[in-house]
Amino acid sequence: MWVRATRLGLWSWLGWRRGFTSKADPQGSGRVTAEVIEHLERLALVDFRSQEAVARLEKAIAFADRLRAVDTDGVEPMESVLEDRCLYLRSDSVVEGNCAEELLQNAHQVVEEYFVAPPGNISLPKQDEQEPFSDN
Amino acid sequence: MLGRTLREVSAALKQGQITPTELCQKCLSLIKKTKFLNAYITVSEEVALKQAEESEKRYKKGRSLGDLDGIPIAVKDNFSTSGIETTCASNMLKGYVPPFNATVVQKLLDQGAVLMGKTNLDEFAMGSGSTDGAFGPVKNPWSYSKQYREKRKQKPHGENEDSDWLITGGSSGGSAAAVAAFTCFAALGSDTGGSTRNPAAHCGVVGFKPSYGLVSRHGLIPLVNSMDVPGILTRRVDDAAIVLGMLAGHDPKDSTTIQDPVKPFTLSTLTDVSKLCIGIPKEYLAPELSGEVRSFWSKAANLFESEGAKVIEVSLPHTSYSIVCYHVLCTSEVASNMARFDGLEYGHRCDITVSTEAMYAATRREGFNDVVRGRILAGNFFLLKENYENYFIKAQKVRRLIANDFVKVFNSGVDVLLTPTTLRGAAPYLEFIKEDNRTRSAQDDIFTQAVNMAGLPAVSVPVALSNQGLPIGLQFIGRAFCDQQLLKIAKWFEKQVQFPVTQLQELMDDGSSISEIDKLASVSLKH
Repeated sequence: MWVRATRLGLWSWLGWRRGFTSKADPQGSGRVTAEVIEHLERLALVDFRSQEAVARLEKAIAFADRLRAVDTDGVEPMESVLEDRCLYLRSDSVVEGNCAEELLQNAHQVVEEYFVAPPGNISLPKQDEQEPFSDN
Repeated sequence: MLGRTLREVSAALKQGQITPTELCQKCLSLIKKTKFLNAYITVSEEVALKQAEESEKRYKKGRSLGDLDGIPIAVKDNFSTSGIETTCASNMLKGYVPPFNATVVQKLLDQGAVLMGKTNLDEFAMGSGSTDGAFGPVKNPWSYSKQYREKRKQKPHGENEDSDWLITGGSSGGSAAAVAAFTCFAALGSDTGGSTRNPAAHCGVVGFKPSYGLVSRHGLIPLVNSMDVPGILTRRVDDAAIVLGMLAGHDPKDSTTIQDPVKPFTLSTLTDVSKLCIGIPKEYLAPELSGEVRSFWSKAANLFESEGAKVIEVSLPHTSYSIVCYHVLCTSEVASNMARFDGLEYGHRCDITVSTEAMYAATRREGFNDVVRGRILAGNFFLLKENYENYFIKAQKVRRLIANDFVKVFNSGVDVLLTPTTLRGAAPYLEFIKEDNRTRSAQDDIFTQAVNMAGLPAVSVPVALSNQGLPIGLQFIGRAFCDQQLLKIAKWFEKQVQFPVTQLQELMDDGSSISEIDKLASVSLKH
């Protein structure tokens, strides 16, 4: 059911986006297709909100593509400048805590010592049900 | 009194020439007068006065805690401060009050420092202008300085005088402005791609970036975990050294701090530079570099040479790729670090109750501005399975090449590199906003971010005023964990150049501050 729902969502999404991505920035790489947009919005839970934002992403990707010119054969990726040192691990003993009340104060919805969240396991509404993409 | 160095004021406090409460009140009143700069997001007046009172009690008993006892400081608003709102200049964290102090903040408070407030920044420290925060942009105090006004031959007072104000640079613009406007003696910033050194150069103050791993990041709301460091902004190199001495060292709460013992130090004075080897990286001679900055850079190199130091040209071949590499790594880490803001445990939360995902999405839509959202989306793109190898891993490999460039240069006998900090002096706000945040960052971070990729210490020292009357800074880059030596060289250089003190016009217009200004104008670098 989920698969069908997303396919339906994708079709209406594509129809709606088609006119929009074809106007994508000519400087860009053309990599930000409607599919990619939806995928990124789902992963990041952050929306593009405008054509301008998509154009900016295209530019960012084109900028990043410059890395291809560098010869990195035989080079190991560097994760940290401190890679030659051992990571410090402190002993596994409880030295602080017991501050549940303080921590709960920052949350908007709490019940006793629980953070309250809306129901999970429900996918985001289909794109055509969401508010339309506005140019701003 | 406010124009003095940290060391001088500390001596004045010990000798009883002024009390911590008086000092605190002077700073608070100056903060109110300079409110138009928008340097502070939160002014912690009550807390500051209380801390000043306690400091005064200690001084009366002759039991001061040290050089920082009673000294007003400011902290950038992406450091957690217990009981004081910490917003990162974002709607996402408006109203968020952390239950703990960042380690560096705690260390300063333990030394008796008086916290004046939290300073303004670009939202989540993303930007190079301090213009993209939720609380508005920060204005550069030098926009109102006598030196700048005279050079610009302003229209008569009252006519559009404020439409052409200058940016402070970013993202620690609020901290730099707070220090430059004499409202505090030291401020904490953060440095991920040059965010401490850039505004320091534009505001005519010293901006120091310690080696990665020397100072704890616990409590610093992270941007890029592998490159962030807390930065120190002061008016003198010596003051930065005092603060560094208090902050450096292993923190069990931050496992990326090195475990080597760090001894507190006093910065000795360098008198003989003839044994030094200064490197000038040829790739930093960018075509966009302004003629004035280039000429100051060249004069600085000549200065070292005339004093007997060896000044040689060196090469950092991958320099032109470092900004691209930084862009990929930064957005990727940001995509990960910003995932924690979902509205559930802290921060902004919207009213949607349909589902968790919908609530997260709407909260993040409302809480983040375009810049942050843009970086998150770009980062997620680079981290997609099909792109991971070609972008993220590739960037990590290029990072190693860049770090190795520096290692090779330092292994060849160079003690310190001398480079510009920025392409030119501070730009007017209206001009700056013509390009978007990412473009500006790519342009402005060009000299500063390679240092973050390699984790090296660096310091921006104000050198002179441009033809327009604006500060220009130069950057020194040192070997990893040789922060003390770097500061020694910077201190020697600062003494040679004698950068002038700013004279704030607005303060001069207020008759009651004339005596303050007289004192400020007479401060010299000699001490």
